[in-house]
Amino acid sequence: MTADVEAAQATPSLEVRGLHKSFGTVEVLKGVDLTVAHREMVFVLGPSGSGKSTMLRCCNRLEEPDSGLILLEGDPVTGKGVNLNAIRQRIGMVFQAFNLYPHLNARKNVTLALRKVRGMSRDEADARAMEALTRVGLADKSENHPSELSGGQQQRVAIARALALEPQVMLFDEPTSALDPELVGDVLAVMREVKAAGMTMLVVSHEMKFAREAADRVIFMDQGRIVEQGPPERIFGAPEHDRTRAFLSRVTGD
Amino acid sequence: MDRIIQQFFNVEIMIAAWPMLLDGLGVTLLLCLAVIPLGLAGGLLAALGSLARSRWVRLPTIFFVDFFRAVPPLVLLIFIYAGLPFAGLRISPFTAVVIGFFLNNSAYYGEIFRAGIQSVGFGQTEAARSTGLTATQTLAHVVLPQAVRNVLPDLLSNTIEVVKLTSLASVVSLGELLHAADMARSVTYNASPIVLAALVYLILLWPFVRLVSRFGRGLGA
Ligand SMILES: Nc1ncnc2c1ncn2[C@@H]1O[C@H](COP(=O)(O)OP(=O)(O)OP(=O)(O)O)[C@@H](O)[C@H]1O
Ligand SMILES: [Mg+2]
Repeated sequence: MTADVEAAQATPSLEVRGLHKSFGTVEVLKGVDLTVAHREMVFVLGPSGSGKSTMLRCCNRLEEPDSGLILLEGDPVTGKGVNLNAIRQRIGMVFQAFNLYPHLNARKNVTLALRKVRGMSRDEADARAMEALTRVGLADKSENHPSELSGGQQQRVAIARALALEPQVMLFDEPTSALDPELVGDVLAVMREVKAAGMTMLVVSHEMKFAREAADRVIFMDQGRIVEQGPPERIFGAPEHDRTRAFLSRVTGD
Repeated sequence: MDRIIQQFFNVEIMIAAWPMLLDGLGVTLLLCLAVIPLGLAGGLLAALGSLARSRWVRLPTIFFVDFFRAVPPLVLLIFIYAGLPFAGLRISPFTAVVIGFFLNNSAYYGEIFRAGIQSVGFGQTEAARSTGLTATQTLAHVVLPQAVRNVLPDLLSNTIEVVKLTSLASVVSLGELLHAADMARSVTYNASPIVLAALVYLILLWPFVRLVSRFGRGLGA
């Protein structure tokens, strides 16, 4: 391996340092530090209101951090001179509520950014969209509107929409929480495939079983701070902090 | 009975008045062609202004909209046509009507567009921006298409209202349909041309009125 490649791999894919965020007088993030390595899947757990979504949304600045530093592949995401629209193409995001465009069919949901942001021709964008939809198993639904798709299918289209831009990191905010239980599996299968293909992923989710088997690292957040983190076996098997233990026993119900 | 037919439904007089009414209809359509697109454009700007983050944009826009929704269009029209010359501004009836309608329509269309934009969930904007679309692209390709679809019946209703309101232009002697019919009435001493004009409005607007009703039932709007 050349020195250049090694240096590039030593740079974390995503780096968050000293992230603070308040809503009004309520401090929601009280100094979050986090690095995600290339190809790593990091799971974020924590009670409701602990700041998981806010942290994720700061990473592509849907939420404006009050202070702190965020770097993507060493490039600043936060700060004055940042070209936000350029950096956002490199960060895919998947939402709990899917947020597909209801007036466009699945294919056009995917091609919109390819055409308008990437400036691809119609044919190029269509080909790329079909590729992405095939990856999530929905090539045959490309001409269907979101209202004609199940929740699980909609979320897979949303994943395809993010994937098609070939992001360096993907953020997932409770991607399966709005789904009927029998549809969760398909979405998790797609996420597993995306990880296998080498994507760097930061995932907020309550799918403990999935976290256990697929995550490289699990982070437990509470009250705006990262309380502890480690490989899933350790976090689930031998959590060090009382708060983590209390949370885990609550959600796993034992 | 005969007298009623003579006075209101006199076919000979209607036929005689038809060329005049046709000219009037031309002016009405021309007026619509000017004021509807202008009103839609102004309304879109008003909607965006009234939703702007900056209060320096938002508050004046909201005042503009409220003001022109409160002022009766006839008062506005007469003020522009008959009042402005006192300030040394002499304008043609057509220009006066277009200005008056632009102000009035922008306010009404503005409220409709605003409701439409607000009916689109913020998640749509977030999703679009997360893929790198600019604010303007998000508005054009994601928010507005949905907004317009959501308020299409209201836009159409308001447009029907605008077409009917163009008859107000007759008070500033613009030779649109009603004015033409009224001229014909005064030369023939017969109300049939007015009836004919009403008929023309009916035929012009009825399909759109039907459409709005169907929206109301079909789209749950
Ligand atoms: N836009 C906002 N305005 C005001 N308060 C907010 C806003 N967004 C989040 N909050 C508050 O910030 C805190 C953290 O919210 P956040 O959504 O990040 O929590 P979370 O860990 O994702 O919770 P959940 O598991 O319920 O999704 C909560 O108390 C929430 O009420
Ligand atoms: Mg959340």
